[in-house]
Amino acid sequence: MGATVVLIGLVVVVIAFFGWAIGIYNGLVGLRNRVKNAWSQIDVQLKRRHDLIPNLVETVKGYASHEAGTLQAVTEARSRAVSADGVAESSKAEGELSAALGRLMVVVEQYPDLKANQNFLGLQEELTTTENRIGFSRQHYNDEVMVYNTKTEVFPASVIAGMFNFEQADFFELENETEREVPKVSF
Amino acid sequence: MWEQIQSNIRRSRMIIALMAVLLTTLGAVVGTVWIGGAEGAVAGALGALMLWLLLWIISLSGGDKLILMSARAKEIKKEDAPILWNVVEEMTIASGLGAMPSIHVIDNDLPNAFATGRKPETASVAVTSGLLRRLNRDELQGVIAHEIAHIKNYDIRFLTTATVMVGAIVIVSDIFVRSLWFGGGRRRGSGRGDGQMIFLILALVMAVLAPLFANLLYYSVSRKREYLADASAARYTRYPLGLASALRKISGSFSGHRKAAKESTARALAPMYIVNPLQLSGASASLMATHPPTEKRIAVLEAMSGGAGWIDYENAFKKVTGDDCLSAGLTGSEGSVATRQATADADAKAAKQDRARVVTDMLDRFAGLLLIPCACGVRIKVPSGARHERVSCPRCGTGHEVPRAHGETEAAPQVLTHRRQGKDWESFECACGKPHQLSPAFRAGRVSCKKCGRTIEVVA
Repeated sequence: MGATVVLIGLVVVVIAFFGWAIGIYNGLVGLRNRVKNAWSQIDVQLKRRHDLIPNLVETVKGYASHEAGTLQAVTEARSRAVSADGVAESSKAEGELSAALGRLMVVVEQYPDLKANQNFLGLQEELTTTENRIGFSRQHYNDEVMVYNTKTEVFPASVIAGMFNFEQADFFELENETEREVPKVSF
Repeated sequence: MWEQIQSNIRRSRMIIALMAVLLTTLGAVVGTVWIGGAEGAVAGALGALMLWLLLWIISLSGGDKLILMSARAKEIKKEDAPILWNVVEEMTIASGLGAMPSIHVIDNDLPNAFATGRKPETASVAVTSGLLRRLNRDELQGVIAHEIAHIKNYDIRFLTTATVMVGAIVIVSDIFVRSLWFGGGRRRGSGRGDGQMIFLILALVMAVLAPLFANLLYYSVSRKREYLADASAARYTRYPLGLASALRKISGSFSGHRKAAKESTARALAPMYIVNPLQLSGASASLMATHPPTEKRIAVLEAMSGGAGWIDYENAFKKVTGDDCLSAGLTGSEGSVATRQATADADAKAAKQDRARVVTDMLDRFAGLLLIPCACGVRIKVPSGARHERVSCPRCGTGHEVPRAHGETEAAPQVLTHRRQGKDWESFECACGKPHQLSPAFRAGRVSCKKCGRTIEVVA
């Protein structure tokens, strides 16, 4: 009689433990997926910028044909960014693209006709929002990484994370300080 | 953040449960007075709960649409207000909200904004035209971030449920008090004992106090949530000063138009706005306020020197008020977060004019006008029903074609005309091919086509 009670108690404890462990495991998987999803959001926004540039270059060309060099630099930076492979190379190429766009926007200031063009104003707003979206999607990615990393570090979830190989995610960081400042495209 | 949302939901459930207890008790008391005995109490309680259930189902099945309709909000497309649209998308990304809320604009020159919806996936954000006219990009971003925070924190759902709950309590107590007022004399004649009289008085006191109590419960939570939404907005935008400056502009433009603010806002909608238009300074520090005093909210945001994280908001809040605000789980989750710089507005005046033009154009389009831009800068406005095929610019005289196809896709239906041939029965075809018949009694007026929705003007 006594032995049965102990056995039943043991079984209940074991089941409860597994239920709890499964809950934590599923929570970790959910958080990891959110991190992945946030990362793919950054790519979506970068793609948006790539799609915007040919249009922008065409519009500017019509008014500021003297700036062929600057326009060329933007186009080249774009094609490098599109074909870049891997996180490191891609973030370097995107940084250069931001810098090239920043220079273009400074140059454009000297062309009042262009700045009055409705089409250009629309593109300018699109570029502003795209830069913002890239920034905000990176920011959101880092927020998600922080939640996930904290979860994997804190006991008791850290035990489950260690058992099932939940690795810490990397924060998105710009490589150097100058790059951090360049994307501030101001009009 | 996730824990904060969870605890928010838990607290909402508790408040709603408390309100449900209040409603049931009130129903039971009313039932006892009307019918008498235990059966009366049970019937009254059930009746009150049924009423609440009914209201709740109505509010869940279309409450957000009802709210947007009663605020006279119109849904916009991206072309109508690109900056607003982009800012909403930016904040959707920054907050990690699954889906972008639909965007609505209210034709009201007093700046304000609110969010509504049943769940974060199908929420709506509404802003007034006055807000779009006055706020620059950073300020607009702050306001939108505040509204998106309400969506993300499930405040909009709490607000809907709590409003319905308070509404049900008000209805029950109102019916009860009125029934005593009008039927009281008759009942008193039927010979009641002292005990019943005392119970009646107690019931009356309860009926009068219940709505008050329900409101207090609701307001106590509502104020806290405004602070949380402000803190979230600062964190999403990484720029607390944007929201601070927006709040200052909003409350500043109310100060001269208190009466207009009262008249143009429905009472039921007031607690939803970012700044409550019915509760401007003075009384706002009281227990009956849905929002904390705007000056205090601004002071906290401005005191967040250099930081935009939860802990920065908490420190600023302590510095300004001396109290705690956010939960420890939230403030302990991370360190200080750096703010970003203000978006440079190279030509503030031009940007202002541009905003004004976008808003005016949008409102004109809502009114069914067709806008034709001329090369000289004039924007020619053509009523969508106009029959002209060409218009000439009043400034430079250039002729412009009125795009027909565009007029047809506009929301406002195109008006056609039909000249009456005689005075007898007569039929004609609408442009879509549907035949219409006119009776001899019909001389002139408008007929609307049942097939395509066009309005056809019949002239004699």
